[in-house]
Amino acid sequence: MQRKWEEFFIEKSLFIAAISSIIIIFLILAFIWGEGLPAIDAVGFFNFIFGTEWSPSHDLYGVLPMIVGSLYITGLSLLFAVPLSLCCAIFLAEIAPSNMRKILKPTIQALAGIPSVIYGFFGLIVLVPVIREQFGGSGFSILTASLILTVMILPTITSIAEDAIRSIPHEYKEASFGLGATQWQTIKNVLIPAAIPGIITAIILGLGRAIGETMAVIMVAGNVAKIPNSIFDPARALTANIALEMGYAQGLHYNALFATGIVLFFLIVILLVVTNYIHYKKGVTIGGGYL
Amino acid sequence: MKYKMESIDLNVYFDEAHILKDVNLKIHEKTVTSLIGPSGCGKSTFIRTLNRMNDLIDTFKMSGTVKLDDEDIYDSKVDVVEVRKRIGMVFQKPNPFPKSIFENVAYGLKTHGMSNKELLKERVEESLKAAALWDEVKDKLDMSAMGLSGGQQQRLCIARTIAVNPEVILMDEPCSALDPISTTKIEDLIHKLKNEFTIIIVTHNMQQATRVSKHTAFFLHGEIVESGLTDKLFLEPEDKRTEDYITGRFG
Amino acid sequence: MNLRFISPKISQKIMKSVFWAAGFLAILILLIIVGYILIMGLPAFSLEFILGDPIDSGAEGGILPMIVSTIYVTLIAVIVATPLGVLAAVYIEEYAGEGKIVKTIRFGAETLASIPSIVFGLFGLAFFVVFLGLGWCVLSGGLTLALMALPTIMRASEVSIQAVPRSYREGSLAIGATKWQTVYKVVLPAALPGITTGIILGMARAIEETAAILYTVGAALTIPESIFDPARPLPLHLYILATEGISLENAFGTAAALIIILLGITIVTNIMVERYIKRMMGR
Repeated sequence: MQRKWEEFFIEKSLFIAAISSIIIIFLILAFIWGEGLPAIDAVGFFNFIFGTEWSPSHDLYGVLPMIVGSLYITGLSLLFAVPLSLCCAIFLAEIAPSNMRKILKPTIQALAGIPSVIYGFFGLIVLVPVIREQFGGSGFSILTASLILTVMILPTITSIAEDAIRSIPHEYKEASFGLGATQWQTIKNVLIPAAIPGIITAIILGLGRAIGETMAVIMVAGNVAKIPNSIFDPARALTANIALEMGYAQGLHYNALFATGIVLFFLIVILLVVTNYIHYKKGVTIGGGYL
Repeated sequence: MKYKMESIDLNVYFDEAHILKDVNLKIHEKTVTSLIGPSGCGKSTFIRTLNRMNDLIDTFKMSGTVKLDDEDIYDSKVDVVEVRKRIGMVFQKPNPFPKSIFENVAYGLKTHGMSNKELLKERVEESLKAAALWDEVKDKLDMSAMGLSGGQQQRLCIARTIAVNPEVILMDEPCSALDPISTTKIEDLIHKLKNEFTIIIVTHNMQQATRVSKHTAFFLHGEIVESGLTDKLFLEPEDKRTEDYITGRFG
Repeated sequence: MNLRFISPKISQKIMKSVFWAAGFLAILILLIIVGYILIMGLPAFSLEFILGDPIDSGAEGGILPMIVSTIYVTLIAVIVATPLGVLAAVYIEEYAGEGKIVKTIRFGAETLASIPSIVFGLFGLAFFVVFLGLGWCVLSGGLTLALMALPTIMRASEVSIQAVPRSYREGSLAIGATKWQTVYKVVLPAALPGITTGIILGMARAIEETAAILYTVGAALTIPESIFDPARPLPLHLYILATEGISLENAFGTAAALIIILLGITIVTNIMVERYIKRMMGR
């Protein structure tokens, strides 16, 4: 019966390893909340979320400019990235000949593997001057950050959307071709509609990646804590807000940065819940729900 | 002659589906017993119940008794691992591990605690010889077993099974994925092995049953219609359904 | 573009070229970024650069301490995250069945995978640096990175364990191996290529990560002598060089080094994994 005890012991150890990620999440929640809540308490929830002034030297902590900044930057990058990624996904799934696939697949993977700090560096050295010359201003802008983010989320959206298109039963396609439809008509009228839940998941996962990105955004967005008026204005993302000021923050300021982390955490959780809802509703399983 | 295994009033369910109904069968020691019947008749389920492989399936439920040497293998005090050590199994599709030929045969021995290298070598050679595979693989024991042909893989799986010296060997349609020549080799092997092991073989090939086994049980819709000496069952079946089946009228 | 009034044949042609263009654009972007960094960075490359200490905050000199720091934090991350991730995957795939627990664990891993890296950085600061009192050091940074690598390794292990044929497990159990023996000696070796790929993905994530170590690892310019010393991994060095305008040339060199390391690791493991599969499957 010693063996039974051994197996029992092994199973329990495995169980502990398995729940480690849940334990970690609770720890993260506890510590981010623990450090962040005092700031929200002190400033007031409403003033914190909807305050338009962020000025630590005056103890003013309104995080709205950063929320708007994040939304602007991610929104614009989605505007660029979604059509491009979907075209890449359709190309990979339906059109590309196999030798082209053999090049493009690793390309997409490699784009996902480039460090974000290198994207930021490239943006800083190459893109910022170009934007400055073309559109005036400093070159540090929402547009610059969005362009860099477009490339960064392209692999996420492309690979998941490709899986979604690939998972559509072959018969659908055959039926459409059988009716004399062209390839494009088949893609437009049959494949894309059938793959919509998966495509939406892909877009949300890309969105999550864009919201969470720190280094690339911090290096090219200009980081001015003011609500931007146009895409050529500089802006500060939530992530950047934390990364920029944590180095010297003290007291309430320190807590306010953790509170910014709470806002970020919440945005991500909302996205997660939405994807899980889609998975649950539509039975989409691609991507495994990973942002 | 002694009975090696026995099932008494065995009923098996997967969820609500009643797969085996009051199966009573006695297995003679050191002989070959064939289980025949049309597909879906429960013969595979039955053989997998004999070494508790069905325990792996969540929806499996059973009642009744399965005895090995007068001991109920489903008794809560019985260690399932011990049962499977004593009752080996060869599967429908050859399933060698993606390891070297040597490691495949040595696997069970190592698992059961043998670590002496010389002893392992000896035992592996013995088992491969017993499985009539030694001459074909003796020069490439370090090669992956996945590179062998289907028939060789199946004989390797038999070698792997007999290496741990079980008392009973269950074979679940061991030739169904093989060509005729490999099938003959396996059948020859079964003839050799029956002197040492009690063998139970599921087959859908009636000629095979007559060639290899002394006893046969005919399954239909989860019940045993008839069982007894193979010669008798095939030449003078008692039940009309048995006759219909062996004369190829259905199944 | 309204294609409705264009004949199907022509719209087919137009859209086909649009898709081709998108594919080529993706390749072009990669070539431009990687090519640019390598072309600009390679001139800075020399033995002194790779094996030298930085001088004057990195304006001159080399990046040896940064390479060592990167190796240290990455090793800690992988050593901590791999057993946790693989064992968690084993539990989910082999022991747990399909139930509430598994769903919860999966959701936990998903959530962990989706948390922005800067939030990990915040947590690392609050928990490892301050609460546990480790201070800014290699260990704090490495542990923070381990949390980020965990879901990657876990997910990849899950997928590859799932792909191991059932017949292997049956073959092992039928010989009288216990469940754990089966997992340890048959399932895990068969899943090893996929698990390795997962570990490398997790490793790559740890190597390139910047935001999570910004406030956990310190920024020391010297080689850390122990895991309790502060350090400055490559991406952090690149960030500081670039944004504080210390040295563009060395920034390019650091960026190139980072890309070469990542490329090298990916290529080497791919070859190793391929060989392992070949040997395992006897091809």
